[in-house]
Amino acid sequence: MGKTISEKIFSLASGRDAYAGDIVIANVDAAMAHDGTALLTIEAFKEMGGRKLWDPLRAILVIDHVAPSANENFSKVHKVMRDFAHKYNANLYDAGSGICHQVMVERGHVMPGYLIVGADSHTCTYGALGAFATGIGSTEMAAVLISGKLWFKIPESIKMEIDGPLPPMTMPKDVILKIAGIIGADGASYEAIEFCGSTVKAMSVDGRLTLCNMAVEMGAKTGIIEPDEKTTNYMHGLEIKNLKMLRSDEDAEYSRKININASKIEPQIACPHTVDNVKPVKEVEGLDINQVFIGSCTNGRLEDLRTAAEIFRGRTVKKGVRVIVAPASRSIYLQALKEGLLEIFIRAGCIVCNPGCGPCAGAHQGILAPGEICLSTSNRNFKGRMGSSEAQIYLASPATAAASALEGKITDPRRLIR
Amino acid sequence: MIIRGRVWKFGDDVNTDLIIAGKYKLSITNIDELSKHAMEALIPNFAEKVKSGDLIVAGENFGCGSSREQAPLVLKHIGIGAVIAKSFARIFYRNAINIGLPAVECKDADKISDGDMLEVYLSEGRIKNVVKNEIYEIKPIPPALLEILINGGLVGYVKKYGRLPW
Ligand code: SF4
Repeated sequence: MGKTISEKIFSLASGRDAYAGDIVIANVDAAMAHDGTALLTIEAFKEMGGRKLWDPLRAILVIDHVAPSANENFSKVHKVMRDFAHKYNANLYDAGSGICHQVMVERGHVMPGYLIVGADSHTCTYGALGAFATGIGSTEMAAVLISGKLWFKIPESIKMEIDGPLPPMTMPKDVILKIAGIIGADGASYEAIEFCGSTVKAMSVDGRLTLCNMAVEMGAKTGIIEPDEKTTNYMHGLEIKNLKMLRSDEDAEYSRKININASKIEPQIACPHTVDNVKPVKEVEGLDINQVFIGSCTNGRLEDLRTAAEIFRGRTVKKGVRVIVAPASRSIYLQALKEGLLEIFIRAGCIVCNPGCGPCAGAHQGILAPGEICLSTSNRNFKGRMGSSEAQIYLASPATAAASALEGKITDPRRLIR
Repeated sequence: MIIRGRVWKFGDDVNTDLIIAGKYKLSITNIDELSKHAMEALIPNFAEKVKSGDLIVAGENFGCGSSREQAPLVLKHIGIGAVIAKSFARIFYRNAINIGLPAVECKDADKISDGDMLEVYLSEGRIKNVVKNEIYEIKPIPPALLEILINGGLVGYVKKYGRLPW
């Protein structure tokens, strides 16, 4: 019987012929925790009597959620992480390195065919490189750090075939929001979403990362895309270890197949307070906004910043709107600087923050007041996510965010095509 | 393992930010302090109103959203005896078992009302509604996970057996 790429990865990682539904103990290739989850992990590691890491090279700690620290409490957490990394020789990416998920894919911790766990739900992002990656809790992360193993139930896969060219000002974010609107917040519970089709083939790795990042918003265990030459080009300059370019077999079994016609997709927006409350932007146009956030592990990459900068170039943000831009990593920040994108943002009146989660985590750099409305390019609009639970969060693409920042209200970016 | 308690009823898609908001999770590391905010976006002062052993009953996709282990932790800490839902988000379910909070899948959760008194028979796989005098089937918890659960979670398991379950 044929296998999906996910079944193949689990077969390799568990050393047995495994299929969806099987429960396996598998070896992981990398394990990550950040400053929002590492403290509980480190405490559990100590309580379990952990004396060393199973493989320090594969253990990664990232300080990104509140970085640099906003108060003494966070500072203590960061210190615990630094001390732990030092004592056990783990990889530590300190404040300013960038968002954990971007750091993982840029610094060679993610390779096609890997099985990766992270103490963060958006670990599913790495599927864009053909790895199987999923979020776990802090306590089981401690067990992984000790043993390098974890139990998994191999998920069934949904084949999500996306075909056709994306219309102007329509981005991968619009595609994934559209899908969230169609299948709902629990539409892929416990399953893997395998993205394929001509749109995905044509998409840059930046765009593929956006797709896979939001798989968990539909309840999925992960999003995954077969690796190709774009994937290997993305890893340019990295030391390639043990490359496993796996593909799903023709006769692999899927729980279902969904076809999406990308050429018909318009700019989309998720309205408060659930990610699946999705409408075309044109239906909510004109709503006044107080804050715009361009960044996050969903949309803080170069392609996103280039698209936003192209809209901002030579224009200024509407008075009364705060616009916060946070590149997803140091290397993206540097490249955006070289290309002049940061200058465009600053001249337009945006605030450019250091690489990191920025206001997405709701702990610093742009907390919302009661009654405020924010348009964010991130992945979650839950009540209270970015500050007051009386605030409202809308989710859209960087193009929609930039256009709305210029108008001071929710705006379809197609109006601003030059 | 029998859990007996009074029901607090919730709907579908109760996400991790509703259980414990990210702003608290990140800024409060003391579990006593953090737990005061459990479920407050849905029921103000929930932590004070709950009695030890009370049960949460909800619809589909309970615990969706982030991977924060603080979500099941605060519920356990304020004395919730078990969470019963039609379905759980994957990471919440794993986290609950790993920290020793019973998470019980029950397709009949709709039949249970706020304030009902339930007896949950975990190993036998059923729930008795004492008020309505009804019996509901629950989806059995796999034996390996039940073993972790009854030892108070993964840390408790390791302390008892001196090794990981795998
Ligand atoms: S950018 Fe937002 S969603 Fe992504 S890891 Fe940071 S806090 Fe989580």
